[in-house]
Amino acid sequence: MLELKNITKTFNKGTITEKHALNGVNLTLEDGDFVTVIGGNGAGKSTTLNAIAGVWPVDTGSIIIDGQDVTGLPDFKRASLIGRVFQDPMTGTAATMQIDENLALAARRGKKRGLKWEVTAKEREFYREKLKLLDLGLDQRLSAKVGLLSGGQRQALTLLMATLVKPKVLLLDEHTAALDPKTAEKVLNATDRIVAEGHLTTLMVTHNMRDAIEHGNRLIMMNEGKVVVDVKGEEKKQLTVEKLLQLFEKASGSEFANDQALLG
Amino acid sequence: MGAYLSSLSFVDLAGRLPAAAAQGLFWGIMALGVYITFRILDIADLTVDGTFATGGAVSAVMIMKGVNPWVTVLVALVAGLAAGFVTGFLHTKFGIPAILAGILTQYALYSINLAIMDFKANTAVSSATPNLVMTGLNVNQSLLVCFILAAVIIAIMYWFFGTELGSALRATGANQEMSKAQGINVNRMKVVGLAISNGLVAVAGALSTQYSGFADVNAGRGSIVIGLAAVIIGEVVGEAIFGKKLNFAGHLIFVVVGAIIYYLVYTLILWLQMNPNLMKLFTAIIVALFLAVPYLRSKSKNSFAKAGKQSKKEA
Repeated sequence: MLELKNITKTFNKGTITEKHALNGVNLTLEDGDFVTVIGGNGAGKSTTLNAIAGVWPVDTGSIIIDGQDVTGLPDFKRASLIGRVFQDPMTGTAATMQIDENLALAARRGKKRGLKWEVTAKEREFYREKLKLLDLGLDQRLSAKVGLLSGGQRQALTLLMATLVKPKVLLLDEHTAALDPKTAEKVLNATDRIVAEGHLTTLMVTHNMRDAIEHGNRLIMMNEGKVVVDVKGEEKKQLTVEKLLQLFEKASGSEFANDQALLG
Repeated sequence: MGAYLSSLSFVDLAGRLPAAAAQGLFWGIMALGVYITFRILDIADLTVDGTFATGGAVSAVMIMKGVNPWVTVLVALVAGLAAGFVTGFLHTKFGIPAILAGILTQYALYSINLAIMDFKANTAVSSATPNLVMTGLNVNQSLLVCFILAAVIIAIMYWFFGTELGSALRATGANQEMSKAQGINVNRMKVVGLAISNGLVAVAGALSTQYSGFADVNAGRGSIVIGLAAVIIGEVVGEAIFGKKLNFAGHLIFVVVGAIIYYLVYTLILWLQMNPNLMKLFTAIIVALFLAVPYLRSKSKNSFAKAGKQSKKEA
């Protein structure tokens, strides 16, 4: 469903702040794979997601989604294939627009936007049903401005928006990192449910090792712009934090240097 | 003092009010254009100072050639759309900051406006021309026509910004990251918004020319500030009356109301025999104040000075 072939990306090339962010990322996701991505700061997790989303062009390599080579397309032209949830709850929604208006924008992802009226009564009913499943009381507040919602509510809404039109790939970039633990758990549960129901091919970046182990059917660990650990199937089910650290040390030849991830 | 007061006639003031309202109405149409860029797209577009004069020049020259004045308003609209498109193109294709792109287009328009008027600084429109959309000679009729025009434009804007395309434009102004993630071509939306905005401004320029009986290459100087004043005064008054319940249509209506209030105040100042040349100073002060108020209000709630005082009190 998603194929990354030898992706490289260097930022600020030729300057003192030059950074080799991606050094040949190879990754193939099967249809319905739910992959958690873990790694230290600067390992290239978010950068990989941004490369897939098309935030900027990659230096070398190809990105193939559902058989289509999208390497040469800017983000908005890839959007029909991709659902995204960002780390910052402010990023994924338009604060000054209503909940139903935000959803209506997402319902037209990848479709031509013409001079038809945006939010119809029938659509509102559909959104109400979808929001009820989130169990955050948003179904009663369709006309409320999104800016009035909490961070957790906004992330849940963004998740719903990212999956309203079934994406070929769902990209979750530390989407619970900015939330308190209780809310994070709620959003993660919603994520599990939505991914399972839609049989969605998903990449979820997280700082939290336990979350990475508990969710998804496959786990990859990145280091210095490369995928260094790839665990799936039965092995993934048996995984523990200790085992994961051992795997990492073996693969990278160094200790895993991220206190936040260890403690999580 | 007594002589000054006795020279003020309320009958005279009352007589001037309809003309003020008519002026307020076509400046209201201009301000609706400013609203699109300033409030919806979150871009300060300075093209409008040039576009306002372009609309007037196009209309005046074509009327002198015998074209129906209503048709000249449509041509002015197209000219304005083109000017806005140029600013949008400079901004999105060449990466020139929006404010600078607007200044460049506006600067270029000065020459273009002169060229349109055969390199004369102004062109007169005979008020005897038949079918003028509005004319200072018939204030009441102008008032009615302009009121209907403003109402129609507000209705079309309300409809447009409720459509899929219009919503995409609003989303672009609200959150570009989110818009791109939802597949919206934000650059295209900015160009569309800038074009529509300047189209409306040029229409207002054409109406202004027909009303006053001449087109002037300097007609648009400072019009962005008047547009902003209208938008801001309208917001303050609208929210004072309706509070948070003021919906999108209400916001649009109050933009025009803001322009009318502006011209009523202007008329009052003339009536008080103050120097009208000071009006630009007053306007700038009013706009600066209204722009500053929301910032200062949030700062007063959350300032270092307050934190410092609090700390000293506790110590």
